[in-house]
Amino acid sequence: MKRYGDFAAVDGISFEVAPGESFGLLGPNGAGKSTTMRMVGAVSTRTAGDLSVLGLDPDAFGPEIRSQLGVVPQSDNLDTELRVRENLLVYGRYFGLPGRLVAKRADELLAFAQLEEKGKAKVDSLSGGMKRRLTIARALINDPRVLLLDEPTTGLDPQARHILWDRLFRLKEQGTTLLLTTHYMDEAEQLCDRLVVVDKGTIMAEGTPAELIRRYSSREVLEVRFGSDRNSEVAERLVGIGDRMEVLPDRILVYSDDGEAELVRITDAGLHPITSLVRRSSLEDVFLRLTGRSLIE
Amino acid sequence: MSHGLSTEPRSDTARAIAGGRKPRRWGAWYVALHRFRVMKSYTGTVVVAGIGNPLIYLYALGVGLATIVDVDLGGVSYLVFVAPALLASAAITVASEEFTYPIMLGYKWNPTFTGMSASPLRPTQIVDGVMISVAVRMTVNLLLFFALILVFGAAPSPIAFLMIPAGLLGGLAFGAVLMGYTSTLEEDTGQLAMVMRFVVLPMTLFSGTFFPLSTFPIALQWIGWISPLWHSTELARVFSYGYAEPIWLTVVHVAYLVALVAIGWAWARRIAVRRLGR
Repeated sequence: MKRYGDFAAVDGISFEVAPGESFGLLGPNGAGKSTTMRMVGAVSTRTAGDLSVLGLDPDAFGPEIRSQLGVVPQSDNLDTELRVRENLLVYGRYFGLPGRLVAKRADELLAFAQLEEKGKAKVDSLSGGMKRRLTIARALINDPRVLLLDEPTTGLDPQARHILWDRLFRLKEQGTTLLLTTHYMDEAEQLCDRLVVVDKGTIMAEGTPAELIRRYSSREVLEVRFGSDRNSEVAERLVGIGDRMEVLPDRILVYSDDGEAELVRITDAGLHPITSLVRRSSLEDVFLRLTGRSLIE
Repeated sequence: MSHGLSTEPRSDTARAIAGGRKPRRWGAWYVALHRFRVMKSYTGTVVVAGIGNPLIYLYALGVGLATIVDVDLGGVSYLVFVAPALLASAAITVASEEFTYPIMLGYKWNPTFTGMSASPLRPTQIVDGVMISVAVRMTVNLLLFFALILVFGAAPSPIAFLMIPAGLLGGLAFGAVLMGYTSTLEEDTGQLAMVMRFVVLPMTLFSGTFFPLSTFPIALQWIGWISPLWHSTELARVFSYGYAEPIWLTVVHVAYLVALVAIGWAWARRIAVRRLGR
């Protein structure tokens, strides 16, 4: 639990992450994800509640815990006064690691982050995706047991995101424990073994992506659009179609195990959507079901 | 990735306990190493200014202005009188450079302090490391300044070299308080420029730097008494040419400056803990 004055940013978040697991906190902006991450990262002190990281209490063993963590914050805080490789060297020293070991790891990590050519470059000359990869490389300089990633790909273009996911997936394969926050469904589905859906500082649901989808959504979703002003009017006439329906300003979502069949029923009823799409259920739908809101508003 | 240190399997907890040991002891030094690396990028400026400024001031004031100064300064030339003061204010200049914008940078503009606080380093160690690094840089500047004073033949006493610690103490006394103040700023909307204009500059003028404080009416002398620069200047004069003042006053200079260092340092540490632990 974390309070800022009267405002409880985090209140009632409880979870356990096993070694080697990849665990996600999924929720919209302001849900309390970053605050939770800073508490797990032994940086932000909690107002109340119990927290154990690597078997230790962050209040008493901050430096010890942090020595085994790699932290990728939401906004890059690379040192722009130093060159790319220097950022890794300096950061490695903070852990008390010997200079030679840090230098060796810095070179390995530059390769891992596909930045070998950029070692001597200025940080500001890097693209957003490169900066992100450098931040991840920096977080790995101490060979951490747990990697904390706060919205690792927010603000990156699709290609940069895929490169990053690939790198993170490799880490996962090597047995690094990943704890990440995201408001991207596809990211959570790609990277998380298990996740919690967080909203307004509390946990709404917990499970594997597939479990959550099974529990809170149907197999398929039919999206139909009748035009912004007609959607809600048409929705009234669709009652009884599908297992459940969500009416959004721009479209209607019909939840069903067979989206095509529902579409046929709609057209049979004499309604002709401007566009229609049948897709598989995603975590976005789970979130919508749990909170009544979309994740990215 | 191999970690190359130990191959025997250890529990994560044991690994963590071991991993915290060195940073707990040496963390402040690691921060200082970071600052040195950053300072390296402006070594040129430090050295050129470190030699150029004393040269200009000693020559312009100690040699030039001295020709029209015709007062009794306790039996020494104006050059000898002004040199320790210039050295002391050089330390203040370093403090006002290093404890303003780099601190804003670390907390906000390029939040390297946030990055450090995610590593095993503790907020208090970040503050300590900055203090250490600035003390080192200040010492370099003071050594250069002292060497030039010697070249000008402006330090007659055999213990004149004690001007260096005197200047350092003054610089850090002002600097520590300044660091505390800068740490409280969430944003710089001109406060730092105001500090330069309305604190540093008047302090230089009203601290008995260019003329004895006793020249002022008593109503203005208090500015000197609270000014760390006045205390370090007087202290430096005692060492430089045996400036005659009661011994208790010399003790007051040292005690006052040490107290300011302690207060400012503790303040900056406190703010760091609060600000980085949010």
